[in-house]
Amino acid sequence: MKLLPSISRKVAIALGVAVTTVMATPASADVDMTGKTVEWIIPFSETGGSAKWANFFAPLLHNALPGKPTVVVKFMPGAGSTKGANWFQKQTNGDGTVMFGSSGSTQFPYLLGDPRVRYEYKDWIPVMATGTGGVAYLNAEDGAKFDGTANMLKGKTYIYGNQGATRLDLIPALAWEMLGMDVEHVLGIKGRGDGRKMFESGEATIDYQTSSSYLKGSAALVEAGKAVPMMSWGSLSADGDVVRDPTFPDMPTFKEVCEATEGCEPSGDSWDAWKAFFVAGFPSQKLAFLPAGTPQDIVDTYVNAFAKIKAMPDFAEISEGRLGKYPMYVGDEAEAALATAITVPDSAKAFVVDWLKSDFGVELDK
Amino acid sequence: MDIFLEALPALGQAWAMILQPTVLAYLALGVMMGLCIGVFPGLGGIAGLSLLLPFMFGMDPILGLALMIGLVAVVPTSDTFASVLMGIPGSSASQATVLDGFPMAKNGEGARALSAAFTSSLFGGLVGALFLTVFILVARPVVLLFKSPELLMVSFFGLSMVGILAGRIPLKGVIAAGIGILIGCIGEGPFNGELRMSSYDLPYLTDGLKLVIVGLGIFAIPEIVSLLRQDKAISNSQSLGGGWIDGVKDWWANKWLSARCSIIGVVVGVIPGLGGSVVDWIAYGHAVQTTKDKSNFGKGEVRGVIGPESSNNAKEGGGLVPTLLFGIPGSGSMAIFIGALALLGNGIDVGPSLLENNLDFTYSIVWLLALANVIGTVMCIAMSGTIAKLTTIRFALLAPFIFMIISFAAFQSGQNLMDLVALFAIGFLGILMRRFDWSRPAFLIGFVLSTPVENYSNNATQIAGIRFRDGMDAGLSYVFSPIVIVLIIITLVSVVVGLRQAKHILAEGEVPSGGKRAPVMFLLALLAFIVFALYNTASIPDYASTDRVFPVFVATICLIAAIIVLIQMMLAPETHTIFADRETSGEDANKFSLWPTLAWFAFLLVLTSLTGFIIALGVFLTSFLRIRAGLGWLQTGLYVVAGISFMIFMAWTLNRDFPPGLLQSYITLPWPLR
Repeated sequence: MKLLPSISRKVAIALGVAVTTVMATPASADVDMTGKTVEWIIPFSETGGSAKWANFFAPLLHNALPGKPTVVVKFMPGAGSTKGANWFQKQTNGDGTVMFGSSGSTQFPYLLGDPRVRYEYKDWIPVMATGTGGVAYLNAEDGAKFDGTANMLKGKTYIYGNQGATRLDLIPALAWEMLGMDVEHVLGIKGRGDGRKMFESGEATIDYQTSSSYLKGSAALVEAGKAVPMMSWGSLSADGDVVRDPTFPDMPTFKEVCEATEGCEPSGDSWDAWKAFFVAGFPSQKLAFLPAGTPQDIVDTYVNAFAKIKAMPDFAEISEGRLGKYPMYVGDEAEAALATAITVPDSAKAFVVDWLKSDFGVELDK
Repeated sequence: MDIFLEALPALGQAWAMILQPTVLAYLALGVMMGLCIGVFPGLGGIAGLSLLLPFMFGMDPILGLALMIGLVAVVPTSDTFASVLMGIPGSSASQATVLDGFPMAKNGEGARALSAAFTSSLFGGLVGALFLTVFILVARPVVLLFKSPELLMVSFFGLSMVGILAGRIPLKGVIAAGIGILIGCIGEGPFNGELRMSSYDLPYLTDGLKLVIVGLGIFAIPEIVSLLRQDKAISNSQSLGGGWIDGVKDWWANKWLSARCSIIGVVVGVIPGLGGSVVDWIAYGHAVQTTKDKSNFGKGEVRGVIGPESSNNAKEGGGLVPTLLFGIPGSGSMAIFIGALALLGNGIDVGPSLLENNLDFTYSIVWLLALANVIGTVMCIAMSGTIAKLTTIRFALLAPFIFMIISFAAFQSGQNLMDLVALFAIGFLGILMRRFDWSRPAFLIGFVLSTPVENYSNNATQIAGIRFRDGMDAGLSYVFSPIVIVLIIITLVSVVVGLRQAKHILAEGEVPSGGKRAPVMFLLALLAFIVFALYNTASIPDYASTDRVFPVFVATICLIAAIIVLIQMMLAPETHTIFADRETSGEDANKFSLWPTLAWFAFLLVLTSLTGFIIALGVFLTSFLRIRAGLGWLQTGLYVVAGISFMIFMAWTLNRDFPPGLLQSYITLPWPLR
């Protein structure tokens, strides 16, 4: 994991560069987008975290882009986001009217060599990235048995609405398995919003949401006593350790729960694999891309617009309530974030591929 | 009881918020915008809402809300124009209206059908709002009772409507519905993403076909072609007897049917995941079952209009429940609505906390919707007499423009030239199904319910399996909840009664029989598709077996049914109803034959792929009006200019593009030609 500190250093340098770039670029170099419609493709349904993320940024982007083009968030769900990503791969119109928002669920199949993946992250041009976290929670009955460890949660079958074995859902799946919990996965859920409804209706007995969805939807269930938070995935410290998520400072991380639970160790092959995929999937989870071959002046226009959004005096405040306290990366930083997101050691990949085969019957090439 | 006491002040606050002149003005503005979009079939509220989105940010929440709701609410009302007058389902909400509304228009009762429909819509909308005002307080636990087995059963209940609409040979209805389901399975599988009946070499198909295209193709194209071949006006009589007053009287005479269908609309609309896309069929089925003399259905029975129209506006209100309380949108427009709410940026976000924290706001939404219905209905009724006159125009003058609009609408669904090809292909299937009396409503119901049935059956079997492992009781109580049992009974009754009555209900009019060859050929073609679907989906490998089970199951049933029909055909004499064929005689004793008429549309399609839509449209309109309609140059010129400017204006306001052709890949042209 020596990779990580160097990345944060890179980010820091990139930040400097980006700031200088922004300052140095005269506004007149930006492409005027008056009268255009920007379609921001989100490869998920309207109910998930990516939808909230894009809906949050879309109006800000509308105001920040020169000429105030219409920014429309367009949902293209299907095959756990590979459908939308495959579609985006084919887009070549370099006029900046198509943007794509990828999420961890788009990254994972790519990393795992899923045969349906027809897209190549390295072709795309990242302009912005944000991180997020995630929270796992239990129903009230089982939650009462949760004492900071999973010791008393063993020996019972839990049901979880899973979007797909190779999706971001592999983080909770692997975490629960490491804790020795018996979780059955109901596959083919359209979005985490549907998963939460299954949890609320009692069909599912365990659930997880990314931070923004947790804040907006599940936190109310916790207040009402219908759900008990179990753990957050944590966040990544500057030297690459998993530490408490600043959005949920009172919630133990998976690492803590694992340490406290008998038979679970935050070390060894499974932990390394979990952590590698967590790093790929959460701290730089959501990225906004322009299609391959977009001219540099348009890319700069977008980077500047996002930098402008980030520099808004009240940005931290308004984003905290909607997305949680997570960093936002623009331009070169976003490229660094992309590098983190699509780099996973071969050993971790091999472990997950084996595990998916034995637990889910998913055949993937190593 | 406390909850209701708390609700009263919230209701008061909501009314105080709504009843401000500016709010009402914005609402009316939204309604007018919605009307302008809604009268054109296939565009629906989604295009209009996306148009509004960028203006939402930072807008006064209540004003933004009024604008949006006005726009959404009027669409299921205004799309009735296309359904009744042209036989084109304007949106998924008014598919069933076509069955009796359009024959009424043909009988010269267009205005009467429209005003009966609008009055029913208005009433349904108000009943829906009233019901919701109370129900929304207790809706949450009720909605949560609907788990996968219940949702599956509701989908099955919807499918059971096929029984009523199957036509004279029930098995043909089953096959039609099965083929609809199989066509709904085209594309990437929902669980493992395996390709079904498609390939990555033909990327258009991997996305699956959209409802807009299938709906327009299966209903609109066959009607357009058939009317064109007869070369007269839609209405048989020049005088539009039965003005709008008659329609209102019709509604009053059937007010209880209207009330029952409104309740059906709200209740089915509330159930998340179905999106109310079958509500109008269920209401139609109910109208049929509760009518003593069923002989008029399909020929212009006003109850067949009142039923579905009462339900489809009530459904919009019901659809608010899953949207607002769970953040699960019931339809495409509701999805955009959620997005827009977030943009209003007043901290109101749909989801579990909305009722507790923002009940007044929730009530504003419910009653704005009802109020928008009132304004919209009044406007629609006011317009209906004038618009109904369209049915007296010679159809050859109308057809090219209708075709222009539905092509544009179809193109909006995927922004791909293949949208037009798909429209044409489904349209051709529709023409043949109409000709050989295969139930098109059954096909459409199958298509609409394909995805929910597959998803819920998969979820239900998986979860039931886990529950049964916990114990027999746990499993049984999950699978056979009281709701499921009630739904099973209703479904069974509806199927049995439906099949018994189906012979008398000719949803698409009477069709004569004669000649074996053509009907058998068509059946063989369908059989070939079924075998292909079966072979294709059966070869999905084991690790993705969840993507395989459902289409294989449906295809197998279809195959068996098709073989039985084939055997029946071999045994039956050629006068048997099984050989129904419109070409033999009757209303389709046409002036023009099928192929030249179809060739006109193929001409537009091919030309579009070469020169792009607008240039192709210019050539198509000119030659059609000159040659087929026989107009003089001056008139032709005027019509063409008017049509094309209208098209460009629409696209410009909605910020849309046109399909480009081969030409555009070589030369860069300015916008409308691009």
